Parts: sequence; structure tokens; C-alpha cells
Amino acid sequence: MIQLSNLHKYYGDKNRQLHVLKGIDVTIEEGELTAIMGSSGSGKSTLLNILGILDHFDEGRYLLDQQEITKLTEKQAAYFRNKFIGFVFQSFNLLSFKNATENVALPLYYQKVGRRERNKKAAELLEMVGLGDRAEHMPNQLSGGQKQRVAIARALVTNPRVILADEPTGALDSKTTQEIMQLFKEVHGQGKTIVIVTHEKEIADACERLIVLRDGQIANTTSKVSPL
Amino acid sequence: MFDLDRWREILFTFQQHKMRTLLTAFGVFWGIFMLVMLLGVGKSLQQGSVKNFGGHTNTIWMWSGSATQIPYKGLPTGRRVTLKDGDLAALRKLPELGLSSSVNNLGGWMVNQYIVRKSKSGTFPTSGVEPEIFTLSGYTMLQGRAINDLDFKEKRKIAVIGPTVADILFEPGESPIGEELEIGGVNFTVIGVFLGREDDQEDQEKILLPNSTLRTTFNQTGWIGHFQLAPKPGINAAVLEQKAKAVIMSRHHIHPSDMNVVGTYNAQKDFDKVNGLFTGIKVFSWVVAIGTIIAGVVGVGNIMLIIVKERTREIGLHKALGATPSHIIGTILMETLIITLISGYLGLAVGVFCLEGLTSFLGQQHDVDMFANAEIDFTTALLALAALVVAGCFAAILPASKAASVDPIVALQDE
Ligand SMILES: Nc1ncnc2c1ncn2[C@@H]1O[C@H](COP(=O)(O)OP(=O)(O)OP(=O)(O)O)[C@@H](O)[C@H]1O
Ligand SMILES: [Mg+2]
Repeated sequence: MIQLSNLHKYYGDKNRQLHVLKGIDVTIEEGELTAIMGSSGSGKSTLLNILGILDHFDEGRYLLDQQEITKLTEKQAAYFRNKFIGFVFQSFNLLSFKNATENVALPLYYQKVGRRERNKKAAELLEMVGLGDRAEHMPNQLSGGQKQRVAIARALVTNPRVILADEPTGALDSKTTQEIMQLFKEVHGQGKTIVIVTHEKEIADACERLIVLRDGQIANTTSKVSPL
Repeated sequence: MFDLDRWREILFTFQQHKMRTLLTAFGVFWGIFMLVMLLGVGKSLQQGSVKNFGGHTNTIWMWSGSATQIPYKGLPTGRRVTLKDGDLAALRKLPELGLSSSVNNLGGWMVNQYIVRKSKSGTFPTSGVEPEIFTLSGYTMLQGRAINDLDFKEKRKIAVIGPTVADILFEPGESPIGEELEIGGVNFTVIGVFLGREDDQEDQEKILLPNSTLRTTFNQTGWIGHFQLAPKPGINAAVLEQKAKAVIMSRHHIHPSDMNVVGTYNAQKDFDKVNGLFTGIKVFSWVVAIGTIIAGVVGVGNIMLIIVKERTREIGLHKALGATPSHIIGTILMETLIITLISGYLGLAVGVFCLEGLTSFLGQQHDVDMFANAEIDFTTALLALAALVVAGCFAAILPASKAASVDPIVALQDE
């Protein structure tokens, strides 16, 4: 599903360059639930943003579902993001003036799906994440865990190939963290490829595979049989 | 493509910031309103002033002026010119001359004559004219016919009267045609009623006789009161005025620098001056209004910039979820255009409405000739709207490109 070879990323100008990713080689298979860990500043978010086609890389190769992801125009990038990728952020990033259904339906708008169809699909996904009774609620009427469920529903609504989550439980208490992780595992159970950046051991333990980054390089990757 | 969702989105944004949207819109509204008012009032003032010139915009009057002050060809100073038939004949040889007429007044310049008709009577200015005066002055016939060449040649004792004269000397419904008037003790037969220039009250109370008849009957054969001349189409009245004056001055041996001996006047110069003045006013109006519109549009652009800045995170999210740059630019562009167009259109509508109110209000008052029909024409309105659209687009360029260049990574970073 995801193939990175010798990926390099620099920040800053020519003479004061910051080498953030130093040759990443990694393959993530379809349907894998992968965690990325590493100390702060090791380049986890940078890597995830590149996977999500939000950021460019300077050297190497990135294949997403056999597609070459290099030198895309802004328009192509937008198209791929919308079609292949679902994002989940630490701070949820829901639109405060839209209710849960409208928030979930938003990515479908960019696929030019009609309003009624969008809302129907959004309602199904809210039902799936256990928020069927909160469809009309505004974000400020929802708890942190509920907001993240809405965000996960939004990430799933376009039926993307990959879900990318950057510290999705970073702002949640441990009980809610478990609930959210449970939800990720359910989604994974349905065959989705998921990559989660996290600082939390429990999250990593719940994943099939762990990639540890250290100073822009992969320090080690461990795979285990899914506890499911 | 009509995108209902986008419209919803935009309306929603406006609802969220009612006050700000209103204030922004007001800037543009005021600009267009000012433009409409300035142009409308300017134009109506111009029309009013031009109307005052009536049909005579290119008529040249020529009369005998003051006595000579410069000796010329051995002739002394203190001579006066007497205009004669020969002078008119000489003028008629000028290639620039179109219509012309000699005019003599009964009793002198602007002196009214006591006219009797059966038991009724009144005082009216009475002039002798030639047939061409009717076209030259823009008279139209209401009843009967105008004075023709035969009347003039045979010195017939006939008269053409203005409508006011007909009203006073005749019973309502009674036709004046064929009736006799007693003018200076001599009977004249009325052959027609003419309508003078619109808005020229003096014209309507005139009595016109063939000048040949007037001069022989009332003893004015020795002189002609004044000439009225009009240039051929396409020739400037000022040009003819100079040439005609030179002809008369040379015929009467007047020193070329002795300018006041032959008096002339033509309205063209004044007309051009007034028109020039109003062109100036118009340019000024546009400059003021365009300035105001630009100020309004800069305001709109400014507000849009703030909105984009405020919504950076939101825009970043939209991009992360798949919005293309052109979609984001389109949204900002549309928001800006909607504000400018709606407020501009309102400005136009309210402006036209106010102008109309002004016209009907002034229409009820009398003698406001100077302020005829305040209005702006359709092209001007379209032009203003076009200016608005262009201005709106300019206002949107900066905020839209700012919005399109939002980096989702930066926008979505956790504080
Ligand atoms: N826009 C940027 N410009 C310059 N340097 C950057 C930029 N973004 C990140 N960096 C640098 O790149 C390195 C990796 O950052 P990154 O955000 O990927 O770390 P991280 O592993 O996600 O850390 P954390 O666990 O704190 O989120 C850091 O040293 C950071 O300072
Ligand atoms: Mg990070």
C-alpha cells in the first residue's frame, strides 16, 4: 500500500539546512495497523505529513497504492488527499459552526457528492462510531472523545485507502484513549490501512507493527501478530 | 456551474459577521451612490442650461453697433453703420451661410405694439421677418401656414401669430385664420399660428409680418434692424460670424480693428463654454466617485484579508480534506464579488430613486429650468457596475491568493 525508499527531507535554506528525514525505507502493507513512535523532534509528524501528501520531500521515492507521489501539482495533491487519505488530528479540527453530520460530510463535498447523499453517508458513519444520537450536535456540545469519533468518521467517509492519525489521543484521558483505540481497531478489523503517530505505549502495543524513529532515521521496526 | 453549497457557505459567513459585512458593503454602496448622484445632478444641470439656449445654439445675430472710433480710408470717426438690403445680399454670397433673414421690429427693439381685433386688444412684439426665419428659429405651425416667398415678394398684408396672441385676441375655439388684425392702424390678415421654441415664452406672444411689408408700410425702407444668420451644417457658427462681420465692415469702410461698429452675437461660444464646463463637472464627478469606490473596494479587500487570516485554520483543514486552490480562490472571489455587487447595485438603485425623488420634488416648484430631469442613462449605470466588478476582482486578488497559499501543515499545527 505504502512504499517509501530512501526518503529525505530538509527544512530551511541551502546553507542552514536541517536534515529532518535521513533516508527512510519502509513498506506498509494493505490492512496493516502501524504505530510510529520516537522522541519529540525525531520527525514523526514530518513523515506522516509526507505520507498524507501535505508536505513535499526532497529525495527518494513514495508509492501510494502503486501511484508515484512526486512533484504533484496542488490540484493533483488535493485530489489524492481527498480520495486516498483520511486524516485524524490531535486537536480534532472540526469546524465549530457545523454540526457533527456536516463535519463528517465535508470531504464528500469535494467529490461533488450531492447534499442528501453526503448527509446519508455521514449519518451511517456517525452510527458506526457510536454517535448516531449526536448527529445534530455542534462540536462544542461534544466531549473530547466524541469529537475525535466525529473526526474519525470524517476520515472514513470517503472510504480512503489509508487513515493517518497524528497523536489522535494526545488530548484525551486514558479511558477515552482506550475507547478511541478500540474504535481504530474496529476500523482496522474492516480492513483499513492505518498509521498512528503516538507517544503512548498502550497505543503502540495495540498495533500490529511499530516503527521507531530516531533522529530522522528508522531505529527499528517490530511486527507481531495482531492481538485481535 | 451553479453550486448551491458554496452559496450556502457564503451566506453563512455573512450571517456570522453581519455587522462587519454591512459596514464593508456600506463603503461600496456609498461610492456608487455618490457616483449616481453626482452624474445625475450634473447631467440634469447641463440639460437645464442647454435648454435655456433653446434652438438658437448656432444662430448669429448682427446689428449696427456703436459709432466708429478709428478713422479709415480718409473717413472720419463717429460714423454709424446702417444695415441695408445690399449687405444681406453680400452676406448671402458667403459659401458658409445657410439660412438667413433680415428682421425689423415695429416701434423698435423689444417694444410691444398695441393690436386691436374687433372688441379685443393686447400689446405684442411685432416683427418683420423673411420666410427662412421659421426654419432658422425652429418654429412649427399649429394652424394655417408660414410666411412664404410670394408673401414677401408681393408685400402682402398678412400676419402669423404666436399661440398666446391667438388666445388673447380670439374666442376659445374660434379659428384666427382669415381674420383681420389692426396693427398700427393697418389691417393684416392672419394666415397662420406658429409655435415658438419650447420654453421660450417670448416667442409665443410674437406677431410676425413679411419684413418687406413691414418696412414699406411703417416707413423703415431705409434700414434693416438686424440680421439673423445660421451657418451651413458642419460649419462652426464662430467661423461664419467672423467672415460675415468682415464682409459688412469692408462694405462700410470700417477699420478692421474697430470691433464694436458692427455688433454680433452667437450663442455657440457660450454653448460650447457651458458644455465644456459640464464636461469638467462630469470628469470631476467620476474622479470623486471612482475615488470613493476605490476606498470602498480597498475596505472590502482589507476585510477579506482579515477574514482569510482569521480562517487560516479552517482553510488549512479544507485543503487537507481535498479542497483545490482554485476552489478556495473561487470562494473568496465570490464572497468579495457578492458584497461589492449587492452593495453597488443597492447604491445604484437608491441613487436613481433619490434622483427621481429630487426631480419630481423640483418639478412641483416653478422656474427650475436649470434643473431639468435628473437622471443617469443606462450606459452610465452599466459602466458603473462594470467598474464595480473590476474593482471587486481587484479587491479579491490579494486575499484570495493569501488563502490559496495557506499551508495546511502550518495552519493545522497545534499551538
Ligand atoms: N516547518 C518547519 N520548518 C523548519 N523546521 C521544522 C518545521 N517543521 C518541523 N521542523 C523540524 O523538524 C524536526 C522534526 O519535526 P516533527 O514535527 O516531525 O517532530 P515530531 O517527531 O513530530 O515531534 P513531536 O513528537 O514533538 O510532535 C524538528 O526538529 C522540527 O524542529
Ligand atoms: Mg509531531
